[in-house]
Amino acid sequence: MSKRSDMTATKNWSGQTMVTADHMLFEAPRTKHFMTGSEVLKEAVKRCTVDASVSYPITPQSEAAHLIGELWAEGYVGMYFRGENEFGVMSEVAGCAMSGSRTITTTSGPGTLRAMENFPQWSGTRIPCQLILMARGINSPLTIQPDNLEVTFMLETGCMIWYAENVQELFDMSIAAFIVAEKPDVHVPIVTVVDGFFVSHTRESVMLPNDDIALLPYEPYKSPLPPIDSETPPGRFLRDPFVMKSNYISYATHASWQWEVRSAVERSRPYAEHFLKGLLHESGDVDAEIAFITCGTASHQAKEGQRELAKLGIKSKVIKLRTIRPFPTKELIKSLEGVKHAWVPEFNVVGWLEKEVKTALYGKSDTNIIGGPRVAGGMSLPAEAIIQEVMEVLNPGKGA
Amino acid sequence: MKDSIKIRMPGLGGQGAVTAAHIAATAADTVGYYAVSNPFFGAEKRMAPSESYARIGTVPIYDRGEVIYPDIVMIFHPQVITMGKSYTMPFYAGIKENGLVIINSDRDLLTDVDKKILDALNVKVLTRDFTQFAIDKAGTELATNMAMLGALFGALGTVNKPAIEEGIKDRFLKKYTASGGTATLDSVIEKKFKKKKELIQKNLETASAAYDLTEEWCKEVGFQQMLESPKGTNS
Repeated sequence: MSKRSDMTATKNWSGQTMVTADHMLFEAPRTKHFMTGSEVLKEAVKRCTVDASVSYPITPQSEAAHLIGELWAEGYVGMYFRGENEFGVMSEVAGCAMSGSRTITTTSGPGTLRAMENFPQWSGTRIPCQLILMARGINSPLTIQPDNLEVTFMLETGCMIWYAENVQELFDMSIAAFIVAEKPDVHVPIVTVVDGFFVSHTRESVMLPNDDIALLPYEPYKSPLPPIDSETPPGRFLRDPFVMKSNYISYATHASWQWEVRSAVERSRPYAEHFLKGLLHESGDVDAEIAFITCGTASHQAKEGQRELAKLGIKSKVIKLRTIRPFPTKELIKSLEGVKHAWVPEFNVVGWLEKEVKTALYGKSDTNIIGGPRVAGGMSLPAEAIIQEVMEVLNPGKGA
Repeated sequence: MKDSIKIRMPGLGGQGAVTAAHIAATAADTVGYYAVSNPFFGAEKRMAPSESYARIGTVPIYDRGEVIYPDIVMIFHPQVITMGKSYTMPFYAGIKENGLVIINSDRDLLTDVDKKILDALNVKVLTRDFTQFAIDKAGTELATNMAMLGALFGALGTVNKPAIEEGIKDRFLKKYTASGGTATLDSVIEKKFKKKKELIQKNLETASAAYDLTEEWCKEVGFQQMLESPKGTNS
């Protein structure tokens, strides 16, 4: 599977000089390019010494899986094949990762749901694979446009969840994601989310390091579970599940391992803080009494709103959450000090981020959290809608 | 004068509205603007509604997705208006004051009500048969999007022809080819290059002619430059 044997001490199999993630992300000189989210993901994968990728070209999708296939043809990715369907893909990703390969795939919308059983299985087997989730609509009547409702289904799978705002963040995050997921004390799968279309199909400028460098390879023997060793506990639970014994051990094993997986996600915090420069980012007026708590494209829309509100003389700030699992509770409480009202604009009908925020803040913050504005099914969230919501609270009955 | 503008391009699948937005944003980026393009479509099929959007400015652009309040609307096909093949109805919904509508049609499609609304907003409307224009200039209706693109930049006046050329080349010559398979891909491109070079040349001539046409039209109808000139160069 892997081309590991083709590597030298300094070069990977495609002749790229191997570097640390710190060098790749913070030190290597960068040049400007103009590309889509799908194209930039190809550039990221190209620089990650990726062993394997599995794809299923379902609609809705992006060009990302196709472009990773090109990388395989060009010799940058060790192994690439098409699964039977999304369930097959995620199962095969698990197989690749269990064998000790750095593995990536992408999906979206109905494909995510079809593969769902695999995600908690991924985290339970502690594989450090990466899923790029380009969120699209999932429910009938059909939409293939951006709508991030599917993320709510991913929240309790035991996978880490990071959320990128734009093309640049997708590049940087998807590189850091491998490294954090592969830390021996973390070692759980990571889901890097972007909003489909708004990032995957959007073309904008992005700064990239040269493509003659790539990450050092994944070191599978640092795994808490030996690769493909089903005989050694706890890996043994794969082929000889304790539940088959039907005694107290089955409950204890399941419960303790579930806690352990979530603890592993928590242990990713310091690494995420380092590589993402904080689990949340603030922009706008630091001492504002009005805030927007956002992730992904909603951050962009809120920044547009913040800029327009500033023109009206109203101070506000945008608190962009970069990780959802682990959830940046401590950081959010600190950011909300002195904030009277905080809105949670979202691209879905249920307001899953609002629920996450309220759960995290319950009893710990005096800020008035207001869900919305929300759009769905591919609608845009114009700054005008955000400003209107703010004005209705600040200036009741009088509008903007 | 605005620090950023939003352009909505409703067309039909196969007409190249997505390509036009791609090239528009690349060209604007080349002369030093902040620029973003994105498409919007459903199931991909010819003649189905397909829209794309370009945002160009001298300030960073955060706004994403469908353009709800456009400064410029470019109608690529009469059916966008006559059959409502669009994500917004009417086709000028949300257009801002002093805006511009460019319509590819061989006849005037505006109703009296449309004209009244657009007049009140001081929106200028340019209706031309850009498909025939493309056939005349490039010998193919496939260059309709290039004619529309040229018309857009002729009206904007701050993105020059070399930048448009850069945008077209970026789209058709695939500058970002990966190095691993370059040898193989290069030989394929070389074989096709003569044909490709002609394609680019014809597209460019079409865009250039449309640029001149609109520039002239703007003077006639008194349409002023709406977007600030770029502050520096990003390239």
